Amino acid sequence: MSRWALPALVLATLIGLWQVAASSGVLASVLNLEAFLVPSPAEIASALWENRSLLAENAWVTMQEILLGFLCGLVAGLSFAVGLRLSETLRRAFYPLMVASQAIPILVIAPILVVWFGFGIGPKLAVVALLCFFPIAVNTADGLRSVDPEASKMMRTLDASRWQVMKRVEAPTALPFVFSGARIAAAFAPIGAVFGEWVGADSGLGHLILQDNAQLETARLFAAAAVLAAIALGLFGLLALAERRIVTWR
Amino acid sequence: MSAETGQFAAGPPSPAAGEAPGAAVSIRGLGHSYGKLEAIERLDLELPAHGVLGLVGPSGCGKSTLLELIAGLQQPSTGEIEVGGVGDPAERLAGCAFMPQRDMLLPWLAAIDNAALALRNRGVRRGAARAEAGRLFKRFGLAGFERARPAELSGGMRQRVAFLRTLVAGKPVLALDEPFASLDAITRAEMQAWLAAALAADPRTVVLVSHDVEEALYLSDRVAVLSARPARVVGQLSAPVPRAYDRDAAVTDPAFVAVRERAMHALRDGAVGCAG
Repeated sequence: MSRWALPALVLATLIGLWQVAASSGVLASVLNLEAFLVPSPAEIASALWENRSLLAENAWVTMQEILLGFLCGLVAGLSFAVGLRLSETLRRAFYPLMVASQAIPILVIAPILVVWFGFGIGPKLAVVALLCFFPIAVNTADGLRSVDPEASKMMRTLDASRWQVMKRVEAPTALPFVFSGARIAAAFAPIGAVFGEWVGADSGLGHLILQDNAQLETARLFAAAAVLAAIALGLFGLLALAERRIVTWR
Repeated sequence: MSAETGQFAAGPPSPAAGEAPGAAVSIRGLGHSYGKLEAIERLDLELPAHGVLGLVGPSGCGKSTLLELIAGLQQPSTGEIEVGGVGDPAERLAGCAFMPQRDMLLPWLAAIDNAALALRNRGVRRGAARAEAGRLFKRFGLAGFERARPAELSGGMRQRVAFLRTLVAGKPVLALDEPFASLDAITRAEMQAWLAAALAADPRTVVLVSHDVEEALYLSDRVAVLSARPARVVGQLSAPVPRAYDRDAAVTDPAFVAVRERAMHALRDGAVGCAG
């Protein structure tokens, strides 16, 4: 039996239960709601199909925000961590702040980002990139510091420059840490994109969800949420694949 | 073992081998302390080019520190160290290749790329670096393992690759820090014979730290016995010559056993003298 069989069974059972509870009206009466507010999986699936071009259009917008924002956060996080490794002064000055800043709910500054960057893709990228930056930077910095000092000594007697030690020893050592930071970032990125859209947008899945909520289009709301989940899972899968291809020595 | 020995002897001199006979290690009045902790005290040692000097002493006596000082990885508090006639730590670093206690092979590189690290660091292209390191793989009984990752190699194999990495660096002086400490007794005996043959085929100036008197005497021309911290030289012994190539014959030779006992004696005296 493959390792996916059991989780798939659990998922199918849950969806099946939901289908029975929703279509028989049990769920609506328990929640004390009108039946149309509690769509069944089958209704969501048909909403997904009927609204496929609308969903695809908005998914494309949100996906760009997620991927570009993630990439910006990744590049900035990696560069920052390398900078901290190369300069002890920088590290002492910034590392504690960086760790502490993870406790700050960055999402709350999204409204001001909209004021600063307008209603375009800018503020969404900024929110996603900020959310992604910190876990990647902190994990990478920790990874670079986990290098065995003996390995650096060995490299120095083999005529390695500081940059070569970074490239040949420290960077590969840090890679698994980079990936665990990136996984956390990938979980944050869709939240950041949707939140950015909620603050102010005229397209995107988050925007669509808000609209559907206001218009009581609950089946389409769930369909949009399902598409968003698929994008997030796709990003996760890509990262897992990349890690397996790159970190081959573990 | 003798089969392997024969295998090495015919090889051409390795690239950029210790070309300068004249390169030597000279230590005068060396002292080193970490804060208030005195690790080494008034230590004098001389090592001619292509000589092998063994350093034995009780654990924690500062043997590894001494090796790092010679290799230019640290600067001594007092005294002078010269490698090949130069005392500047950067130039000592350029003249010494260091083999740490643990093999420190990089798990993401194939064995041959680990061995070729020094060449790559000097800007040699990957293909040329592999070709050069590959010649040594064949000469030193590692043919067929070029592309293996370190995790796929046995402990003895890993030490061989680590030693080749040190050799490929082409430095006149090799600083070996308990190279076989992590191996089991049988593999260690094999590796000692392998290293003796390798050094016979490709002579270098070697400083070898060991906690094993027999190993040090078998591999070295001369063994300096260090006291407990702060380390001083409490005895210097020459290994008996000529030495049998076969390791088992060499270490059971009565002359060898006699010197070994004298070294053990010096070691015990040094340990007691300082603890008291």
